[in-house]
Amino acid sequence: MELLSLSAVELGTAIREGRTTAVEAMEAVLARIEEKESLYNCYITVDRDGALSRAADVQRRIEAGELTGPLAGVPVAIKDNLCTEGLLTTCASKILENYVPTFSAEAVLNLERAGAVLIGKTNMDEFAMGSTTETSAYGVTRNPADPEHVPGGSSGGSAAAVASGECFFALGSDTGGSIRQPASFCGVVGMKPTYGTVSRYGLVAYGSSLDQIGPLSRTVEDCAVILEAIASHDVKDSTSVERQDTDFTSALVRDVKGMRIGIPRDYFGEGLDPEVRAAVLQAAELLKENGAVVEEFDLSLVDYAIPAYYTIAAAEASSNLERFDGIKYGYRAEAEGLHQMYKKTRSQGFGPEVKRRIMLGSFVLSSGYYDAYYLKALRVKAMIKGAFDEAFGKYNCILGPAAPTTAPRLGESLSDPIKMYLGDIYTIAVNLAGLPGICVPCGTDKKGLPIGLQLIGDCFREKDLIRAAYTYEQLRKEGK
Amino acid sequence: MSNIITDETIDYVGILAKLDLSGEEKEQAKKDMGRMLDYIDKLNELDTSGVEPMSHAFPVKNVFREDVVTNGDGSETTLRNAPEEKDSMFVVPKTFD
Repeated sequence: MELLSLSAVELGTAIREGRTTAVEAMEAVLARIEEKESLYNCYITVDRDGALSRAADVQRRIEAGELTGPLAGVPVAIKDNLCTEGLLTTCASKILENYVPTFSAEAVLNLERAGAVLIGKTNMDEFAMGSTTETSAYGVTRNPADPEHVPGGSSGGSAAAVASGECFFALGSDTGGSIRQPASFCGVVGMKPTYGTVSRYGLVAYGSSLDQIGPLSRTVEDCAVILEAIASHDVKDSTSVERQDTDFTSALVRDVKGMRIGIPRDYFGEGLDPEVRAAVLQAAELLKENGAVVEEFDLSLVDYAIPAYYTIAAAEASSNLERFDGIKYGYRAEAEGLHQMYKKTRSQGFGPEVKRRIMLGSFVLSSGYYDAYYLKALRVKAMIKGAFDEAFGKYNCILGPAAPTTAPRLGESLSDPIKMYLGDIYTIAVNLAGLPGICVPCGTDKKGLPIGLQLIGDCFREKDLIRAAYTYEQLRKEGK
Repeated sequence: MSNIITDETIDYVGILAKLDLSGEEKEQAKKDMGRMLDYIDKLNELDTSGVEPMSHAFPVKNVFREDVVTNGDGSETTLRNAPEEKDSMFVVPKTFD
């Protein structure tokens, strides 16, 4: 049995049925990491010995009948902005180069309760600020589809690890597309749930009103199973939502008859690569042939999402990142006096993109500019939410691309920040409106680089997305 | 570029952000911030009068709990990450003379 070709659910089944063990699965993953990691650099930390001992422990508990769920014994990679007790958590920043959390994120604990086995921590853009995983202080991650290209970001290490078999599934975080866009670039499934569905406790905050943790996986089935495991109401996150409908696997139904799908014309305008457009529209056609009601509509306000987002995200980032001051944890620079120490620690500890956003955020929140920039952006956010509300009065899902192009070459994006920000055009509004979104592979371009299809749902309607994505994935697998 | 960021503004924002930028970084920051603000000014095309600012996508309310310790005394483990500590306290550089 070629273990690494299995999905997470298939592996979990094989372990429960005694055809393999959690330890064999972990050994296979570690061997793949050994073989590929020097090229791809998906991980910041691989906890080899810890992973093997955890796998042995989980295997004992499976055999004792204590762990019976679908993810028991399955190796998982965690983005390095999720705290893991006793295991280095850097956020890909120099300022946290030595930070070993004393607690684990709630989402990580939920996975451990389900019996998933932690391998290590994946590479990302520094503090999740970036779209290519090139702003990491620990080197770039390469796209397994073509190592000369970026994996996307900011959860680029997680997406690349899933694509290269360096894990069976991974967790990422999505503030403006940071799960869906790397999923698109690496050819894997990635989902951002409705805001509040997964506890943010233990996720190092970037833009707190936008951040949400979600799965990256090989199949839609895996995605639903993982989401079911990590979704929970948590009193330690005051924005956590108490939901009764988290049985996401019940939506794994191969049927879209009567489902109403809207295609925003505004998502197919200037700047969209023709090959991406063709692949996404072909996917829409396939869903239509199988009974979905597909029509075009005008979403409106699409061009305003990016400027509103970067104002809000930078403002929240400047506030959230105030805590990195060299006092309680992390890097501390040598300096005379407290104030100089703060400034030197932060100036040496943060990279250029993080500094750029902290500066912008401090400016838009400063007295005299707060109303003109920050409050203005929050008003536009309300209008964008209104545009989605109107759309979901007519449709179950909105269908479009996840990104305007396939993965750019390494080194092409960082020189022009605004150009890089424009690449987030299809993903960013989803975070502003708190909506769920999923990205599923829908083909490759002439260069062999993956293309992703994005489906967006109304708040708390992940099941519509899972059903549509699952149906599409099955149809595609059947060669249709 | 319609937004010209002055040295004074960059210095002031540097104080707010607690960042010590080098001369070269400052010049770059002036350019970057000016370009970003030009871009953000696009929002002024929209008439938002009468629209309430939305900080959260759906209504959130304060979540209260009794002020009771539930996680025990974590001071020892917490201090393990401290750059410098003494007698269960964080040591900081001199704050005044």
